[in-house]
Amino acid sequence: MGGASPILFNAGLLAYVLGAAAALALVWRPDAARLASFSLALAGAALEMAASAAALAKAPPPAWNLPCGVALFSFGVRLDPLSAYFGLALAVLAASASIYSFGYLRRWPGGTGAGLLGFFYNALLLSLTLVFAASNAFFFLLAWEVMALAAYCLVSFEHEKQETRNAGTLFLIMSHGGTGMLLIAFLVLATASGSLEFADFHLRISALPPAVRTVVLLLFFLGFGVKAGIIPVHVWLPAAHPVAPSNVSALMSGIVIKAGIYGMARVFFDFLGEPPLWIGTLVLAVGVVSGLIGVLYALMEHDLKRLLAYHSIENIGIILTGFGAALLFRSLGHVNLAALALIAGLYHTLNHAIFKCLLFLGAGSVLHATHTRNMEEMGGLIRRLPATAFFFLTGAAAISGLPPLNGFVSEWLTYQALLAGFGTTQSLTRLMFPVAGALLALTAALAAACFVKAFGITFLALPRSGEAERAREAPTSMRLGMAVLAAACVVLGIGAVWFLPVFDPITAQAMGVGISSSLAAGGGLALSAGTPRGGTVSPAAIAGLLLLLSALPAVLWIRRGRRVTGPVWDCGLPGLTAANEYTATAFSKPLRMIFAALYRPRREIQAEFEVSPYYPTAIRFESEIEPSFEKRLYDPIKDRVLAAAGRMRVMQAGSIHAYLAYIFVALVLLLLFGARG
Amino acid sequence: MTEAALEAVVQFLLLLAVSPLITGFIRTLKARFQTRRGPGVLQPYRDLHKLFRKGMVIPETASWLFAATPYIVFSTAALAGLMLPMLSTSAPLGLFGGVLAVVYLLGLGRFFLALGGLDTGSSFGGLGSSREMTISALTEPAMMLAVFTVAIGASSTSLSEIARVAVGQQWRFVAPSQMLAFAALFVVLIAETGRIPVDNPATHLELTMIHEAMILEYSGPYLALIEWGAWIKQLVLMLLLVNSFWPYGLQAGWSLADAAASLGILLMKLAALSGCIVLVETTNAKMRLFRVPELLAAAFTLAALALVSTFLF
Repeated sequence: MGGASPILFNAGLLAYVLGAAAALALVWRPDAARLASFSLALAGAALEMAASAAALAKAPPPAWNLPCGVALFSFGVRLDPLSAYFGLALAVLAASASIYSFGYLRRWPGGTGAGLLGFFYNALLLSLTLVFAASNAFFFLLAWEVMALAAYCLVSFEHEKQETRNAGTLFLIMSHGGTGMLLIAFLVLATASGSLEFADFHLRISALPPAVRTVVLLLFFLGFGVKAGIIPVHVWLPAAHPVAPSNVSALMSGIVIKAGIYGMARVFFDFLGEPPLWIGTLVLAVGVVSGLIGVLYALMEHDLKRLLAYHSIENIGIILTGFGAALLFRSLGHVNLAALALIAGLYHTLNHAIFKCLLFLGAGSVLHATHTRNMEEMGGLIRRLPATAFFFLTGAAAISGLPPLNGFVSEWLTYQALLAGFGTTQSLTRLMFPVAGALLALTAALAAACFVKAFGITFLALPRSGEAERAREAPTSMRLGMAVLAAACVVLGIGAVWFLPVFDPITAQAMGVGISSSLAAGGGLALSAGTPRGGTVSPAAIAGLLLLLSALPAVLWIRRGRRVTGPVWDCGLPGLTAANEYTATAFSKPLRMIFAALYRPRREIQAEFEVSPYYPTAIRFESEIEPSFEKRLYDPIKDRVLAAAGRMRVMQAGSIHAYLAYIFVALVLLLLFGARG
Repeated sequence: MTEAALEAVVQFLLLLAVSPLITGFIRTLKARFQTRRGPGVLQPYRDLHKLFRKGMVIPETASWLFAATPYIVFSTAALAGLMLPMLSTSAPLGLFGGVLAVVYLLGLGRFFLALGGLDTGSSFGGLGSSREMTISALTEPAMMLAVFTVAIGASSTSLSEIARVAVGQQWRFVAPSQMLAFAALFVVLIAETGRIPVDNPATHLELTMIHEAMILEYSGPYLALIEWGAWIKQLVLMLLLVNSFWPYGLQAGWSLADAAASLGILLMKLAALSGCIVLVETTNAKMRLFRVPELLAAAFTLAALALVSTFLF
């Protein structure tokens, strides 16, 4: 026990529990349930935020047992710097999503919906808090499982739709596949260390025999990778995230997938010790590939929420690029560089959590106003939803890595780490770093292209449908939720230098060094790469100077008054209509053709005409890309599993005698096995 | 502090003054290559003067983004220019950003320019935005890899540091890695400034436009700001090439006495690079859009070779 953290933390947990209970108790009174459950969730988030912030500054990390538990297993909690950092990110997101939910659920179709949503929402927040804080493997896996089930219930919330049910099932199956791998890995580790405590796992993996170590690392990487959504175990993510209610999508893409990142950070930088070279290479390669493939698929989406979900895969890739570089630097013995790369990865984790949550909340407002997720039916929303448009634009600029926002800072740190990596070794492996940097640049540039499309088609020009024409701005609480996150994007960009000391305890725990003081240059005004001659950048100065340089022509050269409004050039046709506008499909067409090898696009055009083919009366256009991973990797697996299940069905004859025989045989075999051991 | 501010002001004024001149020079030289007389080197200044005095027509479908875009395009290009060494090896605002910040600032300008194209609802604007974002995305890896090669040579992403290292080794530009990186960055320059064979800066045929299509609806002072921003961006990319690879005439500090000589040498270097651009523009035909990725892939290959040769030679 130590300091105020435990009390605040326990109080926060209690608020979540009460929030869940109140939602269930008031399930027949939707309005009361909504107000009670989300107020308590907001209170819980505020308390957890305070607890995490207090724990971050605390030297021996506060550790205690929750006042419940079962024989043999304790519900141990420890807020070490890494846990507190993820807890802080979770609390910020939970607070803004909870504020947003007040307005978002007001017009929810009546009945028990709002109450049940409030229950699962609080359960998700409770379990996630415990995932980040649990200090033994048993408690961790328990919280992990509750989190997966709560997320499943939230994903399947609108279960009347077939699409939602399919997505929920896929999520549940893949999530449990991942948990299975984690279970095995934890059991191996527990056997080796003779304890379930995380404290006893510290540096334990590198002491395992090499073959076991390889298997354990791969199981951890893949098991946490499923949750994080790395390629190729990502297929559940773009299916599950969009179908959930938008406030939940925001949490899912913002922070639930970060549970996988937290797990990897815990394993790689706490349990592992000296990493072998191959794991860093693997993580870096998977990171770069996930980033690129994620953004390439995002570009082809016209469903606003699916587009955002694919971008989560991209950003997980960028985070893992940082982690992979950190692992490689540790293997090569460059501790300071490893700390820089780890900071880049962890900072991007927080930044992505914030802008992705913001973007999903923005998409939720759009969905709320237009009742569609299809971008081709939107347009012109910047006039109808000005605040939402502004916040979405902030998020879009941040996720595209544009200065001076937060995405730019973490990408800049990643580039600096990769560049410095070239000098760490004399072998050919050093070529990996600049090439990874170049592919990261391609990923970031494609992300910018994608968000020009996402923002431009959704919000600009003329509305493409009646729904978009009649769209109304979101209520105040929803705008407030988004405003908090948009402000965080700006503050974490401009104030990056002042935020970096937060990472000192984390890197000190992982690598024994704290480098934040070497990352500040120019009297705290600029960010430095940490090497004496390395590069510097100052998002704050960039922001100020951009304003100054924009004000200059505005004051000097642009005269007021002499402007008239006129029609847009429409080639002399009678007036511009929405049909003249560029569509999302058209916007991404050049990239669809350039990367045809990946997409394998198919299109079909049917024109109906009466007199001559040059005067069609109707045209039907169909275009689709091949879902390569689903078709080439998962369909064969699914077919084999189903075939094997079909063969096994012979055993399931339904005869009670046969089952009794199975039980008897199994018992005998177990006894023999036990007697031998 | 006040000195640094003064340097920044001087360099800002130089960027404003020199960028139209380079554009005018390239246009005139190109006209001469095509045995035309051309409108004269000073025409861009006259254009700016004319446009700033005119009124504006704002499309009725446009939002506030349409009006914000010219300012962002202009200010990002100018700020990027202040992070580069121009007359002296120490860039005035080098502390605030190096080569990565320059690349990303230009990206910020492009992001809003593309949004400005979509904002009017005209099909041409969307067409231009789509193509611009596609080509720039494919240019980015080649650019970054070439920039990395240069940065690795100086073990810094600070452009002042890169220039300083280059000054220390006058003949470095003949090293294979430097020449390959230069070639890669030259292709990037062609693509990023919208020149033949990637885009035709002189075209007004709607279906082949890229840059022009995005700014089709702009007029008067807004158009002037965007054009000026585009010229500054061109100058920024040219400075990146000439001062990283041919650092002749760069002073170590800032002194007024040497400034005239430095400026003279800089203009000669820029004229030489402009000559290269004009040569490429007049001897090539514009490529089909879907052939451009091949050109950019070639640039990426050149940059990769440059990187490999850094430790072979």
